[in-house]
Amino acid sequence: MPTPILHKERLIPGKTSKLVLHAPQIAQKARPGHFVMLRVSPQGERIPLTIADTDPAQGTITIVYLVMGKTTAMLEELNQGDAILDVCGPLGHPTHIEKHGTVICVGGGTGIAAMHHIAKGHARVGNRVVGIIGARSKDLLLFEKELASFVDELLISTDDGSYGHKGLVTDLLRDRLEKDKAVFEVVAVGPVPMMAAVAETTRPFGVKTTVSLNPIMVDGIGMCGACRVSVGGKTKFACVDGPEFDGHEVDFPELRRRLAAYREQERISLEAYQRSAHGN
Amino acid sequence: METSKPKKTVAPRTPMPCQPAAVRRGNFEEVALGYTREMALQEAARCLQCKKPLCVTGCPVEVPIRDFIHQVAQNNMDAAYRIIKSTNSLPAVCGRVCPQEHQCEGKCVLKAKGQPVAIGRLERFVADTYIATTACEQVTGTNACSLPLDGKKVACIGSGPSSLTCAGVCAAAGIRVDVFEALHEPGGVLIYGIPAFRLPKSVVATEIDGLRQSGVEFHLNSVGGRTVDVADLRKEYDAVFIGVGAGLPTFLGVPGENLVGVFSANEYLTRVNLGRAYDFPKQDTPAFPGKNVTVFGAGNVAMDAARTALRMGAESVHIVYRRTRAEMPARLEEVEHAEEEGVQFAMLSAPLRFNGNAELHLTSVTLQKMELGEPDASGRRRPVPIAGSEYDMPTDLAIVALGTRSNPILLDATPDLVKTQRGYIQVHEETGETSIPNVFAGGDIVTGAATVILAMGAGRRAGQEIVRRLRG
Repeated sequence: MPTPILHKERLIPGKTSKLVLHAPQIAQKARPGHFVMLRVSPQGERIPLTIADTDPAQGTITIVYLVMGKTTAMLEELNQGDAILDVCGPLGHPTHIEKHGTVICVGGGTGIAAMHHIAKGHARVGNRVVGIIGARSKDLLLFEKELASFVDELLISTDDGSYGHKGLVTDLLRDRLEKDKAVFEVVAVGPVPMMAAVAETTRPFGVKTTVSLNPIMVDGIGMCGACRVSVGGKTKFACVDGPEFDGHEVDFPELRRRLAAYREQERISLEAYQRSAHGN
Repeated sequence: METSKPKKTVAPRTPMPCQPAAVRRGNFEEVALGYTREMALQEAARCLQCKKPLCVTGCPVEVPIRDFIHQVAQNNMDAAYRIIKSTNSLPAVCGRVCPQEHQCEGKCVLKAKGQPVAIGRLERFVADTYIATTACEQVTGTNACSLPLDGKKVACIGSGPSSLTCAGVCAAAGIRVDVFEALHEPGGVLIYGIPAFRLPKSVVATEIDGLRQSGVEFHLNSVGGRTVDVADLRKEYDAVFIGVGAGLPTFLGVPGENLVGVFSANEYLTRVNLGRAYDFPKQDTPAFPGKNVTVFGAGNVAMDAARTALRMGAESVHIVYRRTRAEMPARLEEVEHAEEEGVQFAMLSAPLRFNGNAELHLTSVTLQKMELGEPDASGRRRPVPIAGSEYDMPTDLAIVALGTRSNPILLDATPDLVKTQRGYIQVHEETGETSIPNVFAGGDIVTGAATVILAMGAGRRAGQEIVRRLRG
């Protein structure tokens, strides 16, 4: 049964949107860190998206996506009142959340939305949560208000200095770790280079670092190994063993190469779609 | 062997028309075209109508083979269909994908004198020919549906052969069945695994529509152990059947396995079959292109992957196997079809490592020659590496088809289920009941990767037990 879109918010016009979906079964079971697989049309591809929020009482889940290729471009065409053909979940292991003290949650780009759900989980059990978010410029920042409503501290960086610290999230993170020796865990969600940089920043401090990986997925239920990653020299399936892993153990260069495996086909697919969408 | 008596000559089995190899390796249409009525009548006439039909003992669901062939020989296909359907919910599938040489046809007495009766081809002919005149006929094989039992409900998790069969048996007895499937299309391995050139999607769709019309409801995108779990389903249903298969692929465990270009057969086949990547970019799912393709393994899945890669435009496809042709577990017909289409076999070879370039793309695989030594626990002669025999095979697409293990999702979410040492679900041999009362299991999640018909046999046994309990 198609999943209705109850609400759509264009966070960054043409680039990033937030959808609130009516999916009571998923809303009931989903925890921070879970994701869904979705498919937009009968000819469509299955893609993974992290659950950015849930409201079990209302029976809703929230997803946030970056328009990157054909499937997300098609998703962007949908509006409130439309429905997504297939939404399957919740998938993956939920984030391991226990009361331990201070947790720093780092988010980059669209990853801020996923990080937000994890940070919320940590705040809920009584951890002291420091949020660090970054983007290229001010207009590309997401979820600032949502995060500000529950984190104990929110630090912001932009590459161009249009808002907050001028520079990278890792500058703020390093600074913070130097001042605060009682940080229990660092969680990072964002583009691969950012997660790799976070892991390198925390390594000398010996702080536990959790990253949420975003490899290519097909089924999302452990049937194929498309999403396999090397963690501590061992092969893991991100969809069933993760998607969260110890950032100090992840082979990021391999993940980056594997993510680019279908770049040519992705281009062909998007161009064919754009041609047909713009009346040939 | 007696040699003094002159042997009675037995007519050879009626050949089945096929698409010519040169044509079919360029398409995904069905290879084996099926018998015509004349061919079916001719083949049915070869059956000796044994007093004690051994063929039936070779069939995991005990189709009354002699009796249905008798009806075929009388040109009475409706009656033949009803007889088959009395024990087999998916005859159009089984006639196509069963390894008959190890099952019914392996037991046929004519085998000793020449060639066994082509039971699978006849079963397929009957199923394809029969057009259901009522919805219920698809399932019950009779014109009448059973009266619905008030309020009795069964949940099946998974929609592969075992669950479909269990659902069919229950529905035929008037029990309401809800099937929960994780993917967006029902059918399990029949949809994502077995390619259309062996099992057309329309055949699977027809069988599933038959179940739908008899009251089976399909809930897609519902993952057992995530979206729905056994504990919740037990509260709502009178019985639960777990038929989630053994979907977790095994990799080789050699260096370089995560290079771009190395895939599990499950991924490659799922992209092409379920994602219909053969029609990219009209369909959105791409499959990784490969000029020189190497497939590891020698079961049906390896044959399917190799033949699929050829159809996707590969210039050369090699199947690499540690043993020899005689030990290959694949169905004989598929091995022959693969050979005719140009698949090459590198026997007595085992992979040592995958080699890649600076972009981490696969460029070749290093293989080692083997020789056969003493028989191992399985009774097959164990392959032993020959020192210094390493060689490289250029490869830009490698497909690993070494079998699968139990998927942990449902098992981890259901800790009460007692498991076997190998990590599969333990069940009562006769009833299929698990350690949780009124929760049954069958198919690959109990046996490990096996065949469609064995999974169906397990689904049928559990279904019959469920019906017995709910009716009793």
